[in-house]
Amino acid sequence: MGQFLLRRFLLIVIVLIGIIFVTFVLARAIPGDPCTAMLGEHATKVVCDAFKERYGLNDNVLVQFTRYAGQLASGDLGTSIKYGRPIGDILLERLPMTLELSIGAMLFAIFIGIPLGIVSAVRHNSPIDSATMVGANIGVSMPVFWLGLLLAGFFGVALKGTALQLPTGSRLTAGLTIPPLVETWNLQNVQGLGKTIVTFFSNMVTLNALVTGNWKVLGDAIKHLILPSVALGTIPLAIIARITRSSLLDVMGLDYIRTARAKGLVERVVIFKHAMRNAMLPLVTIIGLQFGGLLGGAVLTESVFGLPGVGKFLVDSIFAYDYPVVQGFTLIIAVIFVVVNLVVDISYAYLDPRVRLQ
Amino acid sequence: MQTVEVIPSATSKPIDDQPHSLWRDTLRRLLHNRSAQAGLVILSLLLLVAIFAPVIATHDPIDYRDPNNVTRMPPCIHLLGCPSDRPEHLFGLDSNGRDLFSRVVYASQVSLFIGVSTVTFAIVFGTLIGALSGYAGGWFDNIMMRLMDVLLAFPSLLLAIALVAVSRPIIIAGGLSPLFPALFAIGFVSIPVYARIVRASVLSIKEQDFVAADRALGVSPIRLLFHRILPNALTPLIVQGTLGIATAILDAAALGFLGLGQQPPFPEWGSMLGTERNSVFNAPHLLIFPGIAIMITVLSFNLLGDGLRDALDPRLYR
Repeated sequence: MGQFLLRRFLLIVIVLIGIIFVTFVLARAIPGDPCTAMLGEHATKVVCDAFKERYGLNDNVLVQFTRYAGQLASGDLGTSIKYGRPIGDILLERLPMTLELSIGAMLFAIFIGIPLGIVSAVRHNSPIDSATMVGANIGVSMPVFWLGLLLAGFFGVALKGTALQLPTGSRLTAGLTIPPLVETWNLQNVQGLGKTIVTFFSNMVTLNALVTGNWKVLGDAIKHLILPSVALGTIPLAIIARITRSSLLDVMGLDYIRTARAKGLVERVVIFKHAMRNAMLPLVTIIGLQFGGLLGGAVLTESVFGLPGVGKFLVDSIFAYDYPVVQGFTLIIAVIFVVVNLVVDISYAYLDPRVRLQ
Repeated sequence: MQTVEVIPSATSKPIDDQPHSLWRDTLRRLLHNRSAQAGLVILSLLLLVAIFAPVIATHDPIDYRDPNNVTRMPPCIHLLGCPSDRPEHLFGLDSNGRDLFSRVVYASQVSLFIGVSTVTFAIVFGTLIGALSGYAGGWFDNIMMRLMDVLLAFPSLLLAIALVAVSRPIIIAGGLSPLFPALFAIGFVSIPVYARIVRASVLSIKEQDFVAADRALGVSPIRLLFHRILPNALTPLIVQGTLGIATAILDAAALGFLGLGQQPPFPEWGSMLGTERNSVFNAPHLLIFPGIAIMITVLSFNLLGDGLRDALDPRLYR
């Protein structure tokens, strides 16, 4: 296991350096002059030169890259040209929202997808099975943003006034706020990493409301998350249902399952204690991969539902030529993606000793 | 005791007397596969719609405007009881008074083109990279594959959005359609998948005797690529390519929705949804029809891809 971990970590380091390089190059390659984009078409040359000097845009690209890598090493993601704020701060505000949305989508996908897959496999070739598989095929073929718009139209407008009406935009109902945890818990003296972590979790509205027992805000926040999570979670749901079904079907055909049945175990025990344990293996991989993929879909979902997450901010920054933001955001998203994949790989190796030997 | 091996001479009857039996077998399995059947039927219909769009469309998709400046009219079909004094519009009118049915029909051409062209682009470059990497090995292979790892480390849609942002001004300044940055981005982000497939297939047969024999005989690397390596990689490439078309169409629709793809007034399903997104509250038909069109198209490629995988994978017929 040690050697396996070492190899994986070395690979990750190489990939991370590559990611830093790619985001750097991409951000530099956005055409258009950041100076005129920021200061307006009529910015004079003197003003522009001062602007470029300030942000180090006049230096050699290689110098810029080394400086950027150095900054990153000290935990500094740079400053937004448009807003003049540290990108780390912006991420602290917006990443929790995207994370909440992704977790919501994943919970929806797992809690509906796995049972559906199990039922399909157990009742193989039954009408339930066929319906699930047809539904899964349709689910993976729907554009996320389209489903989002339809859900908004149905639950926001068609069901208006009924108990089933759901909010279709923003994070919380207007007027409702929740104090940051730093204030609730009187942690003003805490600095550094501790403060960052508290702020991060504090900005996950649902979590904040849950730990402080603010049930009104919690209910409202969850209500606002339902439609976006369903829209974003439908594709993973379909994929999870399919994988659960096929991997359970594979396992159910094996000899040890026949043995388990032959010794008179109840079917429920055979399925959940014997078959599911092995069928979970491919499922872990798929769930991890889907979670990473959600970050891409989150851009569209946030855009449809007007949620203040990273995705929407990133797209806006591209149009505003805000290099450092594009760079920092893409970098963080890619890093999260890589880390999730690493965790998946390791858990996979932990669950299945054969993987380590390969 | 010495045995004499009988080596078939070049003039004798070729051994592979039935060279097509494998493909005939595959085709038979494919046609018996329910999901492939459904995919093929839907896809054929879509192709017919795309080819005969000028015949099927009832109005001009771009230039037609309702003469009375009516906009966002819901569908009006005379056969289904719409009063005959009102003009017939199968899917209704959009926010600009254009006939939605004709626009949806014409847009099928764009989406099929996007799907096929981006995947072709990705397969060509992916094959080149994968074949060179697998064949060369060593540091070149290492660098190329780590590069592919890096590209795969980004969520593909995000990378595509960033690439469009970068390439768009350059490509549009070159006088090309605003569709091309999206095509390039979608094609580019899917290269790693195909590169990995081809590389794996190169590695698996590189050391085999028949390839070593070819090399000893001085067969050129290009001939090796086309006659030995590609036929081996064909099955996964076909399956992945078909499923890849579905993904490409979805991604293109997403880019169109964000305003980064084909621009209005030209009909494209994603951008139609993007421009009419606020109509969900008062004219939902403007969102329902283009969305269903995307869904059906993507579904047909997904079904066909699944069917192909089942038909082409002999392990499923134990």
